[in-house]
Amino acid sequence: MKKLLVFMVLLTVLLGGMAFAERYERSETIYCGGGLWGPPANWNPAQPWAAVSGTIGLIYETLFTYDPLTDALTPWLAESGSWIDDDTYRVVLRDGIEWSDGTPMTSEDVKFTFELPAYFDGVHYTSLWEQFESVVAVDELTVEFNFRNPRYHEWAYQIYQLPVLPKHLWENLSVDAVLTGSNEGNVIGSGPYLFETYDLDRMIYLKNENWWAQDLLGLEVVPKRVVYARFASNNVVLGMMMKGEELDVSNFFLPGIPAIKGPYAIHTWYEDEPYMLSDNTAFLFVNTQKKPMDDPTLRRAMAFAINSNEICKRVFENMVIPSNPLGFLPIDGWMKYYSQEAVDANGFVYDPSMAKKMLDEAGYKDVNKDGFREAPDGTPFKMEIVVPFGWTDWMESIKIIAVNLQAVGLNAEAKFPDYNKYFEQISTGNYDLAINNFNSKLSVTPWTLYNWLFADIINDRANSGNFERYTNPEMLDLVDAFNEVPMADVEAGKAIMADVAEIFLRDMPAIPLWYNGMWFQANTNVWSNWPGENSDNQSYPTTWGGTWQLGGVMMLTKIQPK
Amino acid sequence: MFRYMRRKIIIYLLTFVVAVTLDWIIPRLMPGNPIIGLISRLASMPQQVEELYAHLTKAFGMDQPLWKQYFMFWNALFNGDLGISITVYPKPVLDLIRQALPYDLMLTVPAILLSWIVGNKFGAFAARKKRLDNWVLPVWYVVTATPYLWLGILLSWALGVVLDIFPIAGAYSFSIRPSFSWEFILDYLHHWFLPFLSLFVVQLGGWAIGMRNMIIYELEADYSRYLETMGAPPRLIRRYAFKNALLPQVTGLAVQLGVIVTGALTTEIVFSYPGIGYLLNQAILQEDYFLIQGCFLFVILGVLIANFVIDIVYVFIDPRVRLSMGGDS
Repeated sequence: MKKLLVFMVLLTVLLGGMAFAERYERSETIYCGGGLWGPPANWNPAQPWAAVSGTIGLIYETLFTYDPLTDALTPWLAESGSWIDDDTYRVVLRDGIEWSDGTPMTSEDVKFTFELPAYFDGVHYTSLWEQFESVVAVDELTVEFNFRNPRYHEWAYQIYQLPVLPKHLWENLSVDAVLTGSNEGNVIGSGPYLFETYDLDRMIYLKNENWWAQDLLGLEVVPKRVVYARFASNNVVLGMMMKGEELDVSNFFLPGIPAIKGPYAIHTWYEDEPYMLSDNTAFLFVNTQKKPMDDPTLRRAMAFAINSNEICKRVFENMVIPSNPLGFLPIDGWMKYYSQEAVDANGFVYDPSMAKKMLDEAGYKDVNKDGFREAPDGTPFKMEIVVPFGWTDWMESIKIIAVNLQAVGLNAEAKFPDYNKYFEQISTGNYDLAINNFNSKLSVTPWTLYNWLFADIINDRANSGNFERYTNPEMLDLVDAFNEVPMADVEAGKAIMADVAEIFLRDMPAIPLWYNGMWFQANTNVWSNWPGENSDNQSYPTTWGGTWQLGGVMMLTKIQPK
Repeated sequence: MFRYMRRKIIIYLLTFVVAVTLDWIIPRLMPGNPIIGLISRLASMPQQVEELYAHLTKAFGMDQPLWKQYFMFWNALFNGDLGISITVYPKPVLDLIRQALPYDLMLTVPAILLSWIVGNKFGAFAARKKRLDNWVLPVWYVVTATPYLWLGILLSWALGVVLDIFPIAGAYSFSIRPSFSWEFILDYLHHWFLPFLSLFVVQLGGWAIGMRNMIIYELEADYSRYLETMGAPPRLIRRYAFKNALLPQVTGLAVQLGVIVTGALTTEIVFSYPGIGYLLNQAILQEDYFLIQGCFLFVILGVLIANFVIDIVYVFIDPRVRLSMGGDS
């Protein structure tokens, strides 16, 4: 026994001594966090909701990119793309793009990608494909999309969302592999990085030395490796940021950044408040199918009663700013459709006395003297506000909202169900008030916001938006009409949006509260030239899944080793 | 002996079936729908979400009637298939457990065993040194009563961030590729130490206090007094007392070892250490039936095996069990 032990120890020493561990060179590696919430398990670009952050953007690329800072929809894999007539969109690919297995990317790949729903029944963009009369590969590099009834805004959004797939590796896959498979072992894209390895708490990307953009655009990603780490709690991330050299980019919401930013030299987009760019709008959804919330006056009164400023200050330490009354993000792509007239006429501000007045006039009075108003027909009511348990910033926010509503005599209580319970409640209409922001994120057009706010409810389930269950056909028609206005015709779009704004403010199916931030903290000890208000690196600083094409990739081409 | 074993085995098998059945039922009693949770963040057209929902429901076999799902579950279990995780989609549950479990075992087994050994020795030692006892006992009580989360954060903060001696996240550096080399092993141990230390310290007090109280109790027992009046040397009395005091501690150890498979959730969160605990927590929050089932299946197996082993060990270390068996047959 003893001999065996000695032998084992010797063996370990010998073998161990011979092998050298591979350590990534610090100056060539960037460590990121904030977009990985579980063990990496899915690299399937046809399942963007499940794919590991970077699958789209670092490996698979889109025809266009969108820069929300300058409102520029820029050709990426495409050299150009334009409407050649009302119903035909022509894309010309760049000449010389190769997949990472060496095969050239051609118009056939693009055609295949957009016709994917024809090959595999159930792909998530079937409804886009159904709009095509035909997709024609005109020559090696040119593709023409012939539309039946073009929806210009939706198209402008999809061409920078859908990653182009290599036909030669995908056409023979099974339906299950495409719809429910992990794509592991088949992760061949065209992007700046390659799939290298992963473990329970990390995903590692290796630079693609043959990336097409090096020659064609003169762009090169600087880090040789991207190590995307998963952290189990925000405390650990905060500690990592304070240690200074172990985490370069954090896209986490970290309370306390305003306090430690100075002493620990943590870089944020703005040097002072609000520190963060705005990324999406948090709405308070009101269940319009439930009494008495089906009354627009009550909903409007609540909008006047809620103090978003206080939430921004107390919960977010002023790292976010209050929303405008339409919920439009402060980016050019959306604000060019903002109807100031509608807001001047029917907008709301925090004004509890106004809220009280509106409620008094509408007949909400405290008849039974319990301290809270009853509905005009005399029935007492209480509204529960829900957010998922553990989402601490939202939990604190709805506590403030409950207090705000109570202050004008409305009985409201904050509740924190578990996430799945929460989502089931809001998708089945089994709730009173709820905060949500799942698809209010910035995009090339505010159509995406309304497409989510007023989505169709199928089989009585609001799975993709419209949690408020608002069913005003006039509004839906306006949103569809907006979608069918060419992107170039801003004036026509603005006219429609003015009507949308008017109805929205009158009916108030959801109350815009504040803009959640594009949380971004960077360490300046290893890498420099981070994106920021005063930097020449003007890239939207995101590493979240599905958003690398908004600026994350460009950020990596402009940072510099220190 | 044979009859004793046979009876035990039958009881254990029955317990296993009942426990696994409960393990299957309880997750399904939770409100909410895991598939809806999975696709809740998909930004797409409602029609597609609905189609995908149907597709996934079918893929997970959740379109079948419940009784059928139950038999499918047992059938799959006997084929070594624990299903596909919903939270870590589309990873097989068994793969996940295989990937995560070693991290837990390397952390919890040494922590439990070492704290048990050291705690027992130390507790027994302190029990007979009045002065030491007066000083050390309060310290142990404080350590045991310390909220683990707080202790963990404190350790991580002081030794990890402020003094910067230890890493605060991961089981090995984010900058290293696992390999069989000294560099990697040292790196692993470097990451392992703080989580281990926190678990060790927190459990040490409990074992020590338990042992100390038991020893004092045993030293007051009739047989000790009797030996004392007979003029037996104190060393001998202490040895007898230690043997008797050890029995409940062994049972405690078995319980601890049985549930190590659930990992150390708090440790994993405080030190951002990979393992089953965090996965299980996520699985419960997101109603990942298959991952919950898989994890608890190992817990059930762990508890049953640990108890079974203890049952056998008792035959050897507790003469009373041996005697009762003899009386039985």
